[in-house]
Amino acid sequence: MKLLGERGVQRLLAGIAFSAISALLLIALFIIKEGLPFIIGYGPAKFLLASDWNPQLGRFGIWPMIVASVWVTLGAMLVGAPLGVACAAYLTEFVPRRVMGVVKPTIELLAGIPSVVYGFIGVMVLAPLIRSSLGGPGLSVLAGAAILGVMILPTIISISIDSIQAVPNSYREGSLALGATRWQTTYMVTIPAAKSGIIASIILGMGRAIGETMAVIMVAGNAVKIPGSPLDSVRTLTANIALEMGYATGRHREALFATGVVLLVIIMILNSLAGMAIRKRAAKR
Amino acid sequence: MSNKIEIHKLDLHYGKFQALKAVDMPIRERSITALIGPSGCGKSTLLRCLNRMNDLIAGVKVKGRVLLDGQDIYAPGVEVPELRKRVGMVFQRPNPFPLSVYDNVAYGLRVAGLRTRARTAEIVEKSLKGAWLWENLKDRLDSPALELPLDQQQRLCIARLLAVEPEVILMDEPCSALDPIATMKVEELMMELKKDYTIVIVTHNMQQAARVSEYSGYMLLGDMVEFGLTANIFTNPADPRTQDYITGRYG
Repeated sequence: MKLLGERGVQRLLAGIAFSAISALLLIALFIIKEGLPFIIGYGPAKFLLASDWNPQLGRFGIWPMIVASVWVTLGAMLVGAPLGVACAAYLTEFVPRRVMGVVKPTIELLAGIPSVVYGFIGVMVLAPLIRSSLGGPGLSVLAGAAILGVMILPTIISISIDSIQAVPNSYREGSLALGATRWQTTYMVTIPAAKSGIIASIILGMGRAIGETMAVIMVAGNAVKIPGSPLDSVRTLTANIALEMGYATGRHREALFATGVVLLVIIMILNSLAGMAIRKRAAKR
Repeated sequence: MSNKIEIHKLDLHYGKFQALKAVDMPIRERSITALIGPSGCGKSTLLRCLNRMNDLIAGVKVKGRVLLDGQDIYAPGVEVPELRKRVGMVFQRPNPFPLSVYDNVAYGLRVAGLRTRARTAEIVEKSLKGAWLWENLKDRLDSPALELPLDQQQRLCIARLLAVEPEVILMDEPCSALDPIATMKVEELMMELKKDYTIVIVTHNMQQAARVSEYSGYMLLGDMVEFGLTANIFTNPADPRTQDYITGRYG
């Protein structure tokens, strides 16, 4: 440390911190630089809303992929949000603190399971199950939504737990002292009081779901078409990039970057919505 | 007047620490009983035994009996939510829910399963009148309760309690967050409420105990040192420790 001195260390740390931020910034800039001219050149409306994606013929309409991403993500919300919030409420309100001390890290560990493992389970177990019991190809919106719903559970659970724990105990006491049961207190007072944090957790989960690639490629079937039912195969925006990046050149390659720009914008919007929900909670205190 | 509550040989342990030591005390119906004593003497703990709020704390063990109208509230099979509907509580810091004024008062009714709107509105109005808030708030029933001044918040908490028609109201230093004028208002309200309710108040403020209560219990280190008519305790205490406390030599 003598070698650098206090100021030197400070500068070094600033440089490292800045390099992380600038890497992020450069990635965003690069994607935009590669993708935006294409969107403008091809026509934003045609790019976003046309339904035929056929790179060989120079047709780049990503509407089916947008619809697929929305369907799969909303499906994942339908699975993940109620399960996650219920789990968080149960763990915070009904389980002794020391059990929580074991369970919460375990749930956070779930977040570390590689997505290819989730995808593998989806392919080997879930898709055949759907095929045999509900029909269709099995690799489908439903399979994607179910797998993603489980994958976003750790995000939803751990942020919901934090926000439910932050609810002042005086609210719970006030409710119990009026003769409410624990369950009544939880759904009538505690969860509403933690609402903004819970909403933020769901939005962040959504961001994860929409950005997830590997598991979705493995279980959603990847057919470029607008799904008619939850049992149809679909290709999401992320899957589209990952599947075709290897051999894409020229306009095709630009179109994939443009797909990336669309994803980037969607995720930025979701994250700022989550940020707003969290700030709203902070302002209330 | 009969005893609404009788406390017999009540011991309470927090883990290894004994917070209440064989406490005996009667609480007379439709009167105000004050619990006084220095910080940490167990008066709040005793109060919280009366509606079993201590159940919420891990590691609490209660021994002895607390009879409400002759029935032991610690007997097996007692429905604690039902008990708490009969024995309500007002807390040290006003703790209205982050809901509207109306929904705060209606909360207890919803919990109790009352669904008809007209009847709810009727009870909300009656309860707000009972806590002297109706005139202030009748045009602002939809505004958030957390935006009210503190003393109105505290009276809203009282109104919220009145809506479930308890028999006993426990007050845990209800004025400690309020200024003197707001305190006076709450004290006047208490004098009014004791016509219909049995009130037990924990207070740090001895003038307050002297002003509002008929009976007082002086506690020290988990013991009920002295219990009796407030007038006697304050003018002619039997125990020298009580004497020390009320003359300000201790605490």
